[in-house]
Amino acid sequence: MKVVVLKGGRSLERSVSLKSGARVEDALERLGHDVVGIDAGADLVDRLEAERPDVAFVAMHGREGEDGTVQELLELVGVPYTASGPSACIRCADKVLAKHLMRDAGVPTPDFHAFSETAFRELGAARALPAIEERLEFPIVVKPASGGSALGIKFAADAGAVPPALVAAFSYDAKVLLEAHIEGRDLAVSVLDGPDGPQALPVVEAIPRDAGPYDFEARYEIGRTAFTCPADLDAATTQEAQALALRVYELFGCYGFARVDLMLDTAANALFVLEVNAIPGLTETSLLPQAAEAAGVGFDELVARVLELARDRSVA
Amino acid sequence: MPYPKAAMTVDGPRGEPGRPPRSTTRDLERYAGLFATRTQGLRSSAMRDLMAVTARPEIISLAGGLPDTSTFSPALLGSLMRTVAEEASARALQYGPTEGLEEVKACIVEVMAEEDMRVDPDDLLVTAGGQQVIDLVCRTLLDPGDVVIAEGPTYPGAVPSLLAFQADVRQIPTDDDGMRIDALEETLAGLDREGRRPKFIYTIPSFQNPGGMTMSLERRRRLVAIAREREVLILEDNPYGLLRYEGDPQPTLRSLDGGDYVIYLGTFSKILSPGLRLGWTTAPRPILDKLNVGKQGADLCSSTFGQHFVAAYFAAQDWRAYLGTLVALYRRRRDAMLAALDEHLPPEATWTRPRGGLFIWARLPDYLDTTDLLARALREQVAFVPGRAAYLDGRGGSELRLNFSGVTEEDIHEGVRRIGRIVGEQVAMYSTLTGLEPVRPVSRETGDSAGGAGRVVPFHVKRRAG
Repeated sequence: MKVVVLKGGRSLERSVSLKSGARVEDALERLGHDVVGIDAGADLVDRLEAERPDVAFVAMHGREGEDGTVQELLELVGVPYTASGPSACIRCADKVLAKHLMRDAGVPTPDFHAFSETAFRELGAARALPAIEERLEFPIVVKPASGGSALGIKFAADAGAVPPALVAAFSYDAKVLLEAHIEGRDLAVSVLDGPDGPQALPVVEAIPRDAGPYDFEARYEIGRTAFTCPADLDAATTQEAQALALRVYELFGCYGFARVDLMLDTAANALFVLEVNAIPGLTETSLLPQAAEAAGVGFDELVARVLELARDRSVA
Repeated sequence: MPYPKAAMTVDGPRGEPGRPPRSTTRDLERYAGLFATRTQGLRSSAMRDLMAVTARPEIISLAGGLPDTSTFSPALLGSLMRTVAEEASARALQYGPTEGLEEVKACIVEVMAEEDMRVDPDDLLVTAGGQQVIDLVCRTLLDPGDVVIAEGPTYPGAVPSLLAFQADVRQIPTDDDGMRIDALEETLAGLDREGRRPKFIYTIPSFQNPGGMTMSLERRRRLVAIAREREVLILEDNPYGLLRYEGDPQPTLRSLDGGDYVIYLGTFSKILSPGLRLGWTTAPRPILDKLNVGKQGADLCSSTFGQHFVAAYFAAQDWRAYLGTLVALYRRRRDAMLAALDEHLPPEATWTRPRGGLFIWARLPDYLDTTDLLARALREQVAFVPGRAAYLDGRGGSELRLNFSGVTEEDIHEGVRRIGRIVGEQVAMYSTLTGLEPVRPVSRETGDSAGGAGRVVPFHVKRRAG
């Protein structure tokens, strides 16, 4: 099969995406496919039309790759592609929309309020900040509506820290989220589609090694965070985490694979879904490949399966 | 410790040779177990992810630190290469002495004389750029936990070396006259109380990277006196001394000290080419000998080919004339950047007015984070270096470095205009959020007390137009 691997792009997660893409390319070559890597840029449509691939493997993260833009383009040029379609991508990438969908569906997610730049600029939303702060209680997590890495996510320990955190988050997106902080354990459940429908993979726990509790960056750096898979949880919690992940996966209409990030509130022993990543990292340290490995699915098999699903969908 | 065998075997269904599988998570964990403890300070970071985007061609990058090598005549490059081939082919392709070729040392003597330094060629060690000197000095002098004094902000490129050798770095605040010697004395007194002594003081006294400021003569004298009194070494990093666009030249620390306590670092990178990777050091003899041993271990000798090129260049050309071309070009670009900053940055921002070098350092209100700002800037296709890169202790969050040497005047103006617009937007957003009016510019009469160092020029405060 001729497969193009879409990677890079202009997103802030470009470097992770290049790593994901390179690793996928290697796997595809080992699987015997004819592989062409494309660093997504202004010539993307031309390149796709020139290459005429059977399938596009989307290994892009963040803006444009994960938010439905590239998927929409692929639909237009008629190239079958891996993982979720535009609407599921939009639901995952827009954290504000995702939070609303979860809350409406009764999926536990930390309490939140979301605002656009316009709300502050033109509707005096700043006046509402004290009320929000009171409801969410400090520390509050402030994050841009889009973006999958630590970039732009800040903890506000008190009211004075909220405005700078909001300004920072607006650097990444015109919409921001103020979210209640859940004290507890950082879990991720990856979901992989298969012949028998989507399966939740073993739970991964991220344990920061030398970082403070509010250091988001540590999560993304080799050596600074230890990953346990399967996470050391009791059977009921594991099952519940996996069931929640599957529920959200289907709620959002994901396809192929996705990663659902959760927090386990240790005090209340309750699980909360934070967000869903439509195209999670596929690097050596990424969580989805780790979870697949723990479930006995090697990276090549993972890639093969996702590719297969892309073809099936186009046939269907 | 098990070695990651899996990474070296082929596990794909086809098992094709030539493309081994990339390592798995477990392999990485195993590799991680093999890393020396000292590498743990070397963090990749969000900033590195951001910087990965700055290299894209559509971005106006004020983030580089690049000399404009397009000013060097390709024809001249060709003829010099021919000269090397015709006159020294076999020698140019051979190993050379660790300390460097005599011909190159003669060039270095000439360059140092230009800044009124006299040096015996035997006291020189030719290195792989100035960067290697920083690394060799750390390697030679530092035990884990040793104290090193640096400027705040300091050269971001020195940070990996300092971290790799596990230095306990204390950064001394700076103002327009360079490192604040009063603050240095306070830090040294504090260290005395802990029973500790710094191994060396790292400074770029002239046209500092990233700050752009130049240490005053008075402070230079005091710094040298302190080093002598306390028997502390100074690592004087002087890549930009000859890139002076205005003002009188300041004597180097080495010339003030005579070379007893100063390890001096020079480079051909900014007066000729960074691609040659050739710099040099001169240091007190016992230290120079140790640096030489360190260099033998690192790379035996610097590129002989490059050294022959330098020798051929100095023999055939007036290097001062080329330097003059660079100075004229960079001066225009600096002026363009200062004018653009005056025009486009809001009154809340301040910045240095360098009299030479490659960089301007700007400070924004402390509620703005320049790492986040860079993400916004990248959407507007413009980049700079966030200030945190120049500190080891998390400071610098509201500061940024702008390079003017490697960018056309047109791009400088457009890049600064875009940065100015987004800073303006963020200042306005913060005001909206806090109900505060944007800060009016205040005319600060003096900067922080410099302990009698004479007139202290404050960071430039923008005049309000109209």
